[in-house]
Amino acid sequence: MRALGPAAVLAASLVVLLLAVPLVALVWRTLESGALAQGAGSAVVLQALQLSLATSFGSLALALLLGTPLAFGLARFSFPGRGVIEALVEVPVVLPPAVAGIALLMAFGRRGLMGAPLAELGISVAFTPWAVVLAQCFVAVPFYVRAARTGFAGVDRDLEGAARVDGATPLGVFRHVTAPLAFPSLLAGAVLCWARALGEFGATIMFAGSFRGRTQTMPLAIYAALESDLGAALALSTALVIISVLTLALVRYVARGWEAQAIIGREDARG
Amino acid sequence: MKIMRRTALMSLPFGLAACGSGGSSTVSSRPAASLSPAATPEPKELVILAASSLTDAFTEMADDFPRRPEGAGLKLTLSFGASSQLRVQLEQGAPADIFESADDAQMQLAVRAGLMQVTPTVFARNRLVVVLPRENRAGLATLSDLAKPGVKLVTTARDVPVGNYTHQTLAKMAADPQYGIGFDQKVLANVVSEEANVRQIVTKVQLGEADAGFVYASEISPRVAPDVRTIEIPERLQAAAEHVMGVTRTARAPVTARRLIDYVLGPVGQATLKRHGFITLA
Repeated sequence: MRALGPAAVLAASLVVLLLAVPLVALVWRTLESGALAQGAGSAVVLQALQLSLATSFGSLALALLLGTPLAFGLARFSFPGRGVIEALVEVPVVLPPAVAGIALLMAFGRRGLMGAPLAELGISVAFTPWAVVLAQCFVAVPFYVRAARTGFAGVDRDLEGAARVDGATPLGVFRHVTAPLAFPSLLAGAVLCWARALGEFGATIMFAGSFRGRTQTMPLAIYAALESDLGAALALSTALVIISVLTLALVRYVARGWEAQAIIGREDARG
Repeated sequence: MKIMRRTALMSLPFGLAACGSGGSSTVSSRPAASLSPAATPEPKELVILAASSLTDAFTEMADDFPRRPEGAGLKLTLSFGASSQLRVQLEQGAPADIFESADDAQMQLAVRAGLMQVTPTVFARNRLVVVLPRENRAGLATLSDLAKPGVKLVTTARDVPVGNYTHQTLAKMAADPQYGIGFDQKVLANVVSEEANVRQIVTKVQLGEADAGFVYASEISPRVAPDVRTIEIPERLQAAAEHVMGVTRTARAPVTARRLIDYVLGPVGQATLKRHGFITLA
């Protein structure tokens, strides 16, 4: 490999610095101020952590449950309106979260398109953890569906055909052939979806409001704490950094294990 | 989302006039220039951090001030937010010439942190009202109704001035025999969201998402009024809401900043504030 020129090295270093310095500064300030230990005993921090984990995993569960059939359908079938649905799945990915927040208010707010009839029935999601999950799902589910669709599209149809010839039911084929082969994509999509849900801020604060233990997730608690308790904001931020890094590490580890297994499997099949 | 920036650009006719008249004549036409400790010209820009309750009034003044002789040719950059948020921004080194807070508590924090020059000035007062959506689905008629279970009340955190005043008023109500001990706790149990600033409370009520909120009387502008109703709060239960402003320690144009404060305290500024529902000093 030829050496990079000095200009290219400088450019690359700047990017690395830009990415590293804020994280280092955040963690350093947190550790230096002892905010992490203090935060671990703070009700605001713990409530936000608990709520964030509950809602983000709830959103992920919904994404897997409802998003998988959609992704499979988009990957395998051609039907009228498919293009529209594909576009719909893309939109939240590029939509600013604030726009998502207003859109959700107009849809599910008390005077909203869906919200008004629901309110008549005595159902009101605003200011409840359900509103948080709804906001998270709106912005995060597309990340899973996109990745899963790509994964399903990449599975060799002949393998599925062979399994069916051997007598597997369609669900059995999906469980034992399609899903395992698409697993790296499904996992990547699920992680992105969960991370996006965990970090959701704009749509949540506009649509769900901010109340401790009910709708104030970690990003909202950071925002609120910045004005009153910088220590809590630092502790929450560092906790999110740690969670993010651990998640990335876990995904890499699992994906690598899966790859290794797949290679062994292929060699077994050949051998 | 929370911070709006509005810039009042200097009007074109004046810009041309300034070019023609040259530097010396502009200095002599300004009596305030004699207050300047140094002859070095200040930047022609003022950055103002102001409480979100002042959004309309200050935007109007930022439009008007550069048209006056004392503010001629100035560019005003406004940044609105909760006073508590702005105070933190100032602490973290946000460049600003003027800080305006909707309560003394946040201003005192800024003063104690050494962020302000001299003593900040009270320039307007305010009072609280309870704002309800027009349709008033929760059927609220009196202040006592706010304690009814199930009422969806929105407020702000206590550090935000309007939240601070809300707590003060609720404490006074709890001490008042008409409402009784524990009234404040019953009302606070109905809080479903702590919004970022007073404007967000108004929005949530205007949209009908929330049933009620304590806001400044000045928030019920002609733009908002058609969508809402209000319940008045009697004088004896009011918190003493004061808007305070001052020149920051790091101001790049402290003399010009002082002139703007004088303008706000003067007849034009006070008239503008009065028109926007503030209680003026005189």
